[in-house]
Amino acid sequence: MASSSIPAGGHVDPTRRDFLMVATGAMGAIGTIAVAWPFINNLNPAADTLALSTVEVNVAPVQVGQAITVKWRGKPLFIRHRTPEEIKAAEAVPMSELRDPQTDNSRVTDTAKKVRPEWLIMIGVCTHLGCVPLGNNPGDPKGEFGGWFCPCHGSMYDTSGRIRKGPAPLNLAIPGYLFTSDTLVRVG
Amino acid sequence: MASSHGTPPVFNNKVIAWIDHRLPIFSYMEKEYHHFPTPRNFNYFWNFGAIATVMLVLMIATGIVLATNYTPHTTMAFDSVERIMRDVPSGWLIRYLHMTGASFFFIAVYIHIFRGLYYGSYKSPRELLWILGVVILLLMMATAFMGYVLPWGQMSFWGATVITSLFTAIPVVGDSITTWLWGGFAIDNPTLNRFYALHYLLPFVIVGVVALHVVALHVHGSNNPLGIDVKGPQDTVPFHPYYTMKDGFGLMVFLIIYAGFAFFAPNYLGDPANYIQANPLATPTHIVPEWYFLPFYAILRAIPNKLGGVLAMFGSIAVLFVLPWLDTSRVRSASFRPIYKWFVFVLVADVFLLGVCGANPPEGWYVPLAQIGTLYYFFHFLILLPVLGKIERPLPLPPSIADAVLKKNAG
Amino acid sequence: MRKTIVSAAIAVAALTAGAVAIAAETVTASESEQKPPHRHWHFEGPFGTYDRAAAQRGYQVYAEVCSACHSLQLLAYRNLMELDLTENQVKSLIKDIQVPDLGDDGQPIERPARLSDSFRKPFANPAIAAAANNGKAPPDLSVMIKAREDGPDYVHGILTGYVPFDKLTPEQIKEFNLTKDDNFNKYYPGHRIAMPPPLADDKVTYADGTKATLDQEASDVVEFLAWASEPKMEDRKRTGVRVILFLLAMAGLMYAVKRQVWADKH
Repeated sequence: MASSSIPAGGHVDPTRRDFLMVATGAMGAIGTIAVAWPFINNLNPAADTLALSTVEVNVAPVQVGQAITVKWRGKPLFIRHRTPEEIKAAEAVPMSELRDPQTDNSRVTDTAKKVRPEWLIMIGVCTHLGCVPLGNNPGDPKGEFGGWFCPCHGSMYDTSGRIRKGPAPLNLAIPGYLFTSDTLVRVG
Repeated sequence: MASSHGTPPVFNNKVIAWIDHRLPIFSYMEKEYHHFPTPRNFNYFWNFGAIATVMLVLMIATGIVLATNYTPHTTMAFDSVERIMRDVPSGWLIRYLHMTGASFFFIAVYIHIFRGLYYGSYKSPRELLWILGVVILLLMMATAFMGYVLPWGQMSFWGATVITSLFTAIPVVGDSITTWLWGGFAIDNPTLNRFYALHYLLPFVIVGVVALHVVALHVHGSNNPLGIDVKGPQDTVPFHPYYTMKDGFGLMVFLIIYAGFAFFAPNYLGDPANYIQANPLATPTHIVPEWYFLPFYAILRAIPNKLGGVLAMFGSIAVLFVLPWLDTSRVRSASFRPIYKWFVFVLVADVFLLGVCGANPPEGWYVPLAQIGTLYYFFHFLILLPVLGKIERPLPLPPSIADAVLKKNAG
Repeated sequence: MRKTIVSAAIAVAALTAGAVAIAAETVTASESEQKPPHRHWHFEGPFGTYDRAAAQRGYQVYAEVCSACHSLQLLAYRNLMELDLTENQVKSLIKDIQVPDLGDDGQPIERPARLSDSFRKPFANPAIAAAANNGKAPPDLSVMIKAREDGPDYVHGILTGYVPFDKLTPEQIKEFNLTKDDNFNKYYPGHRIAMPPPLADDKVTYADGTKATLDQEASDVVEFLAWASEPKMEDRKRTGVRVILFLLAMAGLMYAVKRQVWADKH
């Protein structure tokens, strides 16, 4: 479109003209992309949001068999002090029965590779469509596998937070966490 | 939409042809922005319409992104702007572009208006085009004023208090109107919320009026430095590539100056007091609006009567609406008006003088200076223009644009 | 035509300059305050940067002196890492600072500051701050340098501009109605300032061995507060240089293209 209307002046060297047009067009394109970047980048998490992405939780008050919910990065974090029976039940499940095969051991290991089977720390967000499953409070339905039950579409999780029944494709996610002492855990 | 100049465009691309047959946006673009016959003798003053359009788009783009992080609440507004400056990725850049951009949008528009004044672009048949332009100016002023309140600094708060209090000058209903504007008994959270809503809305209204401005422009085409009508194809060039490239160059030069301020002196055009959070219990010693309002502010203060000052200030813009009928001259361009052309510059100097008066406290010399400036401003429009048009003998006009261009190139 | 515009532009400039000159004269005549002298700052100019060592010393002055009364609420401790301090250095700087929070039982508690915390405020709210300071709350310093005309010079001027009561002339004492308990500052508007002289020689002991004169302390704290006011300044100037270089190249190209397009029309 552009070239058709440039009158072919006899004294203008066509290759130089084309070169100029291409160079200007290329510079313009680079400039446009460079301008677009800050606008896109602007929507990324801000420095203060990122700074808050770590929480420290004192788990000493959580008795065996109890669970607490903590807010972390805007989502619920489930921390369950499991009973020996729950741990045994979780460890006994054969991998072949799992939709998303993971050993119980691998789900209770902190970032320093230390295994604490009594503490199960998970992001309490159903992997189906993002509802918060029930099962943390004493009166909650826990589903057929004694873990968690998502009321939205009926996904059921076992005592290791693994998906066993219902539409959810994956186990409840485990965040990176580190026990800085026996009762103090840092998440994120 | 069928083209009256040259052949109607034929699109080789089947998709484009299919769409264009049903929704002729491509034909429209071809006609209005490609082949559009444009006087061949524009000088660089004719860049500023395109530059102002780019600034409008830039202001809307940066504004929308800022809005995603701004909180319109009196307790959080100031801190949320500072959070944008400190924590939000690229936030400082977007904020400074927006802040400095307001000033440069006004610079572009003021030069654009000066161009119209000097070359008589408001004269028949472009009166409505001019009036739409004045509407855009008013909308810009309202938008800028409300935008300045949003950071909730001392100048935001007190500027808003002073300007909204203008309405109390209206007899009988003034106080009720002001309370209604505020949504309370002073500038407070309800005011901040409604200003934010309107500051977001008005730019899109401006876009609408700009579209009308462009439609009106394309009926008779642009005026030109000679102020004479286009007589035939020898007087024009297609808009693209001639003026797209020329506008592009002018835009780059303008952006260099803009970037110079935005990156190296972003607070130069602002007031330090706006980095102090709004305090309804303490007025800054010296309240000044942003520079682009200073001449109007000076006119407001020049009249020693509350209602009179308000009327004079609004009158200084209202007079622009009737400008096409105040100017009685037969020729458009001041280039052919040996007396008037000096008075255009006297008017510009007068507006600068008013600006200086507006920036300073109304004491000493500034009081009479502002009064003289105000008097001259209205004298120029209400007396000089109608009278001068009758008595001034214009210089002979060239027979055509092409003729003048050829003569100039030869000589 | 072009000549007319140029001469008219000169006329406009001359008229405006005249008006400004008259204006400037009236202003100097009406103002009794002394303007603080201009000093050279490391962060001035299009390529100026913050002097990190000075800003770190300035933080020490703020932490040991200013922070007793003045908040810096827009800053978080994590921001100190931008002054070329490592995470561990910042953690050790703030290890004794306690910040208010709510305990697990919802009761107010004090706990050790974390990197993500905002700077501790000396007073819980402005009313308490005002009550503790003869009715006037000490201002927050987060953007102080940007909130005053010629901010860096002004703040330095205030910090160094105190005149002791016994050095004042009888005329000054009379004019400003001063008593022994008032603080007279050369550069403060109205001269009577609520803040007693905050800094003096050897008010702090610098870790890096710099001699802590009054002037040094004031300069350092200004460097620190300038950074606090505009932490992205270096980024801004760097980006600005790149943007302007790009626009210059683009303008050159556009000019060449424009000339070529117009070649047959002139």
